[in-house]
Amino acid sequence: MSRTIKVSVSFLAAVALVAVLGPWFSPNEYQATNFDGVLQPPALGGLHLFGTDDLGRDLFVRTLMGVRVTLVVALVASLVSLLIGVAYGAIAGMLGGRVDALMMRFVDTLYAIPFIFIVILLMVAFERNFLLIFVAIGAINWLDMARIVRGQTLSLREREFVQAARLIGVGTPGIIRRHIAPNLIGIVVVYLTLTIPQAILVESFLSFLGLGVQEPETSLGSLVNAGVAQMEGASWVLLIPAGLLALILLAFNFLGDGLRDYFDARQSP
Amino acid sequence: MSLLDVTGLTIRYGDNTVVDGVDLFVERGESVGLVGESGSGKTQSALAILGLLPRRARVSGSIEFDDRQILGASERELDTLRARRIGMVFQDPMQALNPYLRVGAQLRQILVRHGLAQGREADASVVAMLARVGLPDPERQFRAYPHEMSGGIRQRAMLAAALIADPDLLIADEPTTALDVTVQAQILELLEEIRDDTALLLITHDLGIIAGHCEHMIVLERGRVVDAGPTTAVFAAPGHPHTRRLIEVAPRVDRGEPLAAVAGKTVLSVDGAVVDYDELRAVSDVGFALRTGETLAVVGESGSGKSSLAGALLGLVPMSGGRVVYAGAALAPAVRKRALAVRRDLQLVFQDPVGALNPQQRVAAIVAEPLLVHEPGLGRSRRRSRVVTALEQVGLGEEYLRRYPHELSGGQAQRVAIARALILGPKVLVCDEAVAALDGSVRKQVLELLRRVQAETGLSLIFISHDLAVVRTIAHRVLVMYMGRLVEFGDSERLFTAPRHPYTRALLAAVPVPDPVAGPRGAPLGGEVASLLDPPPGCVFHPRCPLAESRCGIEPPKARDLDGVRVACHLA
Repeated sequence: MSRTIKVSVSFLAAVALVAVLGPWFSPNEYQATNFDGVLQPPALGGLHLFGTDDLGRDLFVRTLMGVRVTLVVALVASLVSLLIGVAYGAIAGMLGGRVDALMMRFVDTLYAIPFIFIVILLMVAFERNFLLIFVAIGAINWLDMARIVRGQTLSLREREFVQAARLIGVGTPGIIRRHIAPNLIGIVVVYLTLTIPQAILVESFLSFLGLGVQEPETSLGSLVNAGVAQMEGASWVLLIPAGLLALILLAFNFLGDGLRDYFDARQSP
Repeated sequence: MSLLDVTGLTIRYGDNTVVDGVDLFVERGESVGLVGESGSGKTQSALAILGLLPRRARVSGSIEFDDRQILGASERELDTLRARRIGMVFQDPMQALNPYLRVGAQLRQILVRHGLAQGREADASVVAMLARVGLPDPERQFRAYPHEMSGGIRQRAMLAAALIADPDLLIADEPTTALDVTVQAQILELLEEIRDDTALLLITHDLGIIAGHCEHMIVLERGRVVDAGPTTAVFAAPGHPHTRRLIEVAPRVDRGEPLAAVAGKTVLSVDGAVVDYDELRAVSDVGFALRTGETLAVVGESGSGKSSLAGALLGLVPMSGGRVVYAGAALAPAVRKRALAVRRDLQLVFQDPVGALNPQQRVAAIVAEPLLVHEPGLGRSRRRSRVVTALEQVGLGEEYLRRYPHELSGGQAQRVAIARALILGPKVLVCDEAVAALDGSVRKQVLELLRRVQAETGLSLIFISHDLAVVRTIAHRVLVMYMGRLVEFGDSERLFTAPRHPYTRALLAAVPVPDPVAGPRGAPLGGEVASLLDPPPGCVFHPRCPLAESRCGIEPPKARDLDGVRVACHLA
């Protein structure tokens, strides 16, 4: 395991831990407003570590709540894309021929639909809905995953160790279980760590447009959106959530890089 | 002073010393061979001379070329030195030529860049150079892209590029390793012919090439020079045990008693096999009967159809005609449709030992896999002991059980693959170029292993190979193929001592012999293997055949039995 992996995993674990536990220990409530103390600057050792926003709500607790929502959205959306994408891609790659062609043309067709646009329409038309965000993001991401897994399966299928297994008499399920799947794990895990930041970005983008979670619930994207309005007088309201968002994205990207090197080492002789 | 004078060359990557105090000299006009197994540091040394090592390499010592220190010279100096004073030929011409530029333009830019010629004059020199390296129709080749050329033609073009600026030294790194043996003979001969007074530093793993083409030789082992001197002297009295072993393990196509044929019952037979890939017919009507306990070698150059034939009989490649008979019954063409009992008896060992092993499985799981399928009732401990026995059979101890393929050397990986193929006790083992990727000493061990298993178990081997010298050491009978057709098929004794077909004769003559005093063995075959998409009419070999008559170009020869040898030639 390289240092890149260790550092990024520790950072993400720490952020997640603080986001889960922090709000319990804080004296402040994330939705409690205080019109006597709006836009207080951050103060170490003070009541409001990160200061307050334009409604006097504690920014520390709100940021942690935002991290929670953002991480949950990202993880669930990636999981959705993982399940659909891997199964779809592996089946297409393994069966090959006409089935593969049909399945992949379907993926191509879905690619042509502007999903973000449709999601925005849906959100405007219906109630704003937390679940809808998961579904929307997962629905975009599984397409990439399916393509990658299918390509990898196609090339694995022709590898000599798969032919050797076939000669021995191993059936297709055995080949998938023992030879294809273990060799897919590397690329899938790597791709997953790169999908998570994508999902975070989409969620932030929707929230930034005001289409994300409903107030007083919040996410990092919503916080950045709110911060933009206060950018001139109270920059911390923007910089703190935006900085944290950037750090989380970087950590996931580094983790993906580190994992790719880790799995490559075993692949190459 | 020597033209090239390297002293105490040391190359390190981190803590890893790949070249350790190498001294080597090349005099003007002389040819020096640098020989060693993989990892001996021969290519690293050559790259250091050209200043082409990666930045992280730490180089020390001295490299003087024409009395000028070039170690640590500026990129600009090196640029002039390379191409103008030192030419280079690499192993793979497809990698060394730019696929987007016409070959003529690539050669031309060498002249223009170094101010040797301009405009029309440059074009004319390039065409003249292409003619000198024996390219047919040099005007047309001038405008060709690299992918439009065959392997041999491309390597000739590379040679033209290396020599066009008339350098003092030519460095050739395994220049013929990627080529067929008959084309290799042509390129080596050409190299002798056209280099005039250009000195040659030839890097190779093949002692036969050194013996035939170098005045001096240097032997490297793990980054150190272990032997150096005039080639005849080193071969006559090698000073170092490593050199002795290299010479000892190099198989010779011209010496040694071929194995006598085995009188066994037929275990498997192939009748009239035909393999088509779309428009292309890779195997046309080839048949043979394999006997119990014998090694039958299938020999040919690239495109001969030998691997397709093996794939067809194993059921990995669809056959469009003919049949495979095993244990008295015709087998289904696709392996998936064959009974488990049959699949257990026919096994395969691949060329690339590492690619044939699943990188995510440990050796224990790899070798145990056949047992999971064929003897599912076996308990965990029984299975483990069977795996240990199988590994012992190939000379690997229990400590290998927990290793992953990337932790094995090529030879070890190939042993693991053989253990997996043998664990069920098959009757027929197909080895598809199974020793081609291995170094000499490892190759010898693997061949001995196969022979021993055969003696112990009565296994029949189908040994697919392009290397006749290796085949001579292991085969009881040999089947020679050319462009998907059977050319000659007979006992080793006969085939190696009295070949009937002109192609077999040419093939035997083209194999380099690791003996500097062995005489010449016939002129190399001209031309290259024709395209399978457009096979020549009549006998497919006639365009290259030194004996061809008019009817050879019209009427395809039928395979006939002549004194126990099967030959497809009008003139045999």
